[in-house]
Amino acid sequence: MKHLLLLILAGLLLAPAAADDDMAAWTCPEGYAGQTLSIFNWSTYIAEDTVPNFEAACGVTVNYDIYESNEAMLARIRQGNPGYDLVVPSGGTVQRMAEEMLLIPIDLEMIPNVANVVEDFLAPAFDPENRYSLPYQWGTLGVGYRTAAFPDGISSWDDIWTYEGNVAWIDDRDSMFGIALTILGYDPNTTDSDEINEARDYLIERGSNVVTVAADDGQVLLERGEVDVAVEYSGDISQILWDCECEDYAYVLPGGVGNVWFDNMAIPVDAPNPELAMVFMDYILDAKVGADLTNYIWYASPNQASIDSGYIDEEILADPTVFPPADQMANLFVIIDKGAEAEQLINDAWDELLIFLGA
Amino acid sequence: MSAQALINENALGRNRRIKRLGKLGLLLNPLVAYFFLWAPILVLVLFSFNQSKSVASFTGFTLKWYSNILNNVVGAESAFSTELMLNAFRNSLFVGTIATAIATALGTMIALAMARGRFPGKRLLDGLLFLPVVIPEITQAISLAIFFKVAFDWIHLLSGERVFPGFHTIIMAHVTFNISYVAIVVRARLADMDPTLEEAASDLGANPWQTFWRVTFPLILPGVIAGALLAFTLSLDDFVITFFTSGVGTTTLPVFVYGLLKLTVTPEVNAISTIMMLLSTLLIGISLALQGRGTSQR
Amino acid sequence: MSRWFRRSQKDGSLLALPTVAWLLVFFVLPLVIVLVVSLMSRGRGGVAQMPLTLQHYERTFGIFSIILWRSIGLAGLTTVVCLLVGYPLAFFISTRRRPIVQQIALFLVILPFWTNFLIRTYAWRILLGDEGTINGVLRALGVISEPLQLLNTQFAVLVGLVYGFLPFMVLPIFASVERFNFRYVDAAQDLGANETRTFLRVVLPLTMPGVLAGCALVFIPSVGAFVTPDLLGGTKGLMIGNLINNQFGGSGNMPLGSALSIVMMGVVMLSLLVYVFGNRRQTGA
Repeated sequence: MKHLLLLILAGLLLAPAAADDDMAAWTCPEGYAGQTLSIFNWSTYIAEDTVPNFEAACGVTVNYDIYESNEAMLARIRQGNPGYDLVVPSGGTVQRMAEEMLLIPIDLEMIPNVANVVEDFLAPAFDPENRYSLPYQWGTLGVGYRTAAFPDGISSWDDIWTYEGNVAWIDDRDSMFGIALTILGYDPNTTDSDEINEARDYLIERGSNVVTVAADDGQVLLERGEVDVAVEYSGDISQILWDCECEDYAYVLPGGVGNVWFDNMAIPVDAPNPELAMVFMDYILDAKVGADLTNYIWYASPNQASIDSGYIDEEILADPTVFPPADQMANLFVIIDKGAEAEQLINDAWDELLIFLGA
Repeated sequence: MSAQALINENALGRNRRIKRLGKLGLLLNPLVAYFFLWAPILVLVLFSFNQSKSVASFTGFTLKWYSNILNNVVGAESAFSTELMLNAFRNSLFVGTIATAIATALGTMIALAMARGRFPGKRLLDGLLFLPVVIPEITQAISLAIFFKVAFDWIHLLSGERVFPGFHTIIMAHVTFNISYVAIVVRARLADMDPTLEEAASDLGANPWQTFWRVTFPLILPGVIAGALLAFTLSLDDFVITFFTSGVGTTTLPVFVYGLLKLTVTPEVNAISTIMMLLSTLLIGISLALQGRGTSQR
Repeated sequence: MSRWFRRSQKDGSLLALPTVAWLLVFFVLPLVIVLVVSLMSRGRGGVAQMPLTLQHYERTFGIFSIILWRSIGLAGLTTVVCLLVGYPLAFFISTRRRPIVQQIALFLVILPFWTNFLIRTYAWRILLGDEGTINGVLRALGVISEPLQLLNTQFAVLVGLVYGFLPFMVLPIFASVERFNFRYVDAAQDLGANETRTFLRVVLPLTMPGVLAGCALVFIPSVGAFVTPDLLGGTKGLMIGNLINNQFGGSGNMPLGSALSIVMMGVVMLSLLVYVFGNRRQTGA
């Protein structure tokens, strides 16, 4: 027994040294050369060299298209998958797609790097057996703002509702309604039509300063000076901060109200090349590749090996915007699948919101 | 002076003032209009050389945004690479060429039929040809999107084969909106043509085949070329319909540019726009010169 | 082959067949499908299913009518502005005496439109932004201290639409002015008509076909605009085209999107009727 313990300890001590050699390069399984992989991913959500390195390692060609919301991706797949092999839906959307049989099961045996995934991220509530999905990255939704416009910072959503200047919301209906519902004291994932409509009216009343409902490009609007506040995902704001090497912008979860989401790799139905998609999943879950991803896009990694190996920059690991502290995390809501009926309620309410925001 | 004369005098004076104002207005209008047409483009070009990222004031001349493009360092994200852009441009040329060829053939044929043939429902056909020109792009886009979905579902049901949208769907869509433009241009040319020439040819013993290729076709050729050029230009410029009918890996230049405009911050986009404007002007300049030579040779 | 050709050459009608077939399959049939879909219920995930219903039209004419009217209003305004700018401009171009000057004047109108539509629209984003060129210049001149809100307004959409479609107004009017015989003006004035009268009674009616064609060509694409409000309008300048796009993207409600398109097509057809009717009255007069 003692021996075993010693052995484990020794192993732990040796691990970091071995990491460099062992985990340095992900190798592609044989037999995929010349094939094509088509990826449909969120905008600004991959490192510069992620795809080229994969192409080089496997000798394949990658088509890479982007979308700006779960709904937009979902609509495209529902209308008939135009030929994508891999999509990156958030948790609730994975559940919805699985239920509508829009995803095909993955073969975990083809993906040895599953072992790298943070244990808490395996078998999530939305996909209890990891039948359809494996984690990609995770993060929060809050607001990015120009520090010059808010000398005292932002302490609650009221600061945004009442701001006299240009504001951008985000075309993420579940999250926007979730925020309003939370403030109103309801369940952010409610399926009650009265509550949803109340949230809609709440938002319309407070939306007179909204100049645009951005399609996941709020960070660009901030940079261009078109708005002073933008509801956005954490990493997108971190990206522009890192890019400008300045203190002009900040990211905050106003009053602790915001959402935390988990994006996952999944294979849509009728994918022409699901096997290669699984190879790509394995590639993404490699310690180095996963770390490079986080280092570039500033979203949190679900990859224990990436975190432990020291591949992720210290600065990012310590950044509360990227990896929120546990007490903050506890307060954030998670969007779950609310069923087809509630989805329609929310879609209709969102249409009405868009109409009345500008009226 | 009688009251009437006074009124007349007043009216005359007012008329003169109005006339002067009108003249001034007429002179100012073109100036304002040309300024309005050109200012945005000049601003875009100017600020592509601006030292700072600002588009509010010009701080100094630089070529760094252009070199950034060459070195693939546009924005923080990998939304851009010169290779991707060139690829999108190639896709556009591919789609444009094939769609133009098919649309020109179909458009010319129907123009000939409409000018020469006598058949029932010609007026209805007139309307049918006119409709694609006037129907809003977005309507045509979604109707084609739904149509392809339905058609592919049926193909899957009947043959078990999965068909995916791709270049073929974009091309079919482009042909559809281009046919009418070609037909309209060619018909205008046919209307100007002297029909006695064809009669003379057949009187001189030419068979219809010879008459067509030796007489009719050379005469309408400038119209056909003009129609084809118009179709090609429309095809290269189309965003909405392409967006709705595209598949995977079929990004055309406008679709690529749309993503770029959304996700990239100014200076490099200005530089890319400037390059694209230069290219399209060059392209059209060349084709106009060719067309000019074609017509003058006749 | 040659028999077929001879027959079709004599008559030529057969040549129409392939094109007609193409248009029936790729143009008429899709529109019919849209019409049918617009009358179907919304199923799971927004796809169309039975039974038939009018609920999407109710919604279109109900809550969506705000945006419908805004689109019609903006398109109408665009047409008026284009006419006010385009008519004198077309006159200016066609009255240049030296052909080379005329050609250059015309060329200067057309040239900007060889640039990609998206880029031309985007240029206005640069001009109109809070930290854009117009605000920058005005601030430097000391005219304003706070930036004017120009971008993401209906004004921005109007400017973008006028910019996008002005040549559609100028070219037909130019063509009709070209055909116009200026001796009529002399004749009218010899007969004692003043300039206003001459313009209203002689010049305007004779150039009316161009004006009508121009108005139709500007109004129709404006009413269905999608890119311009998308890039310039923000929440305030949302148009029907954006909502249609939404139903096929985010909101995933195909039947509603189809109903919106059908109604928009109805608006276009109505304006075409006005055009045809106006034209007939014009030529009849």
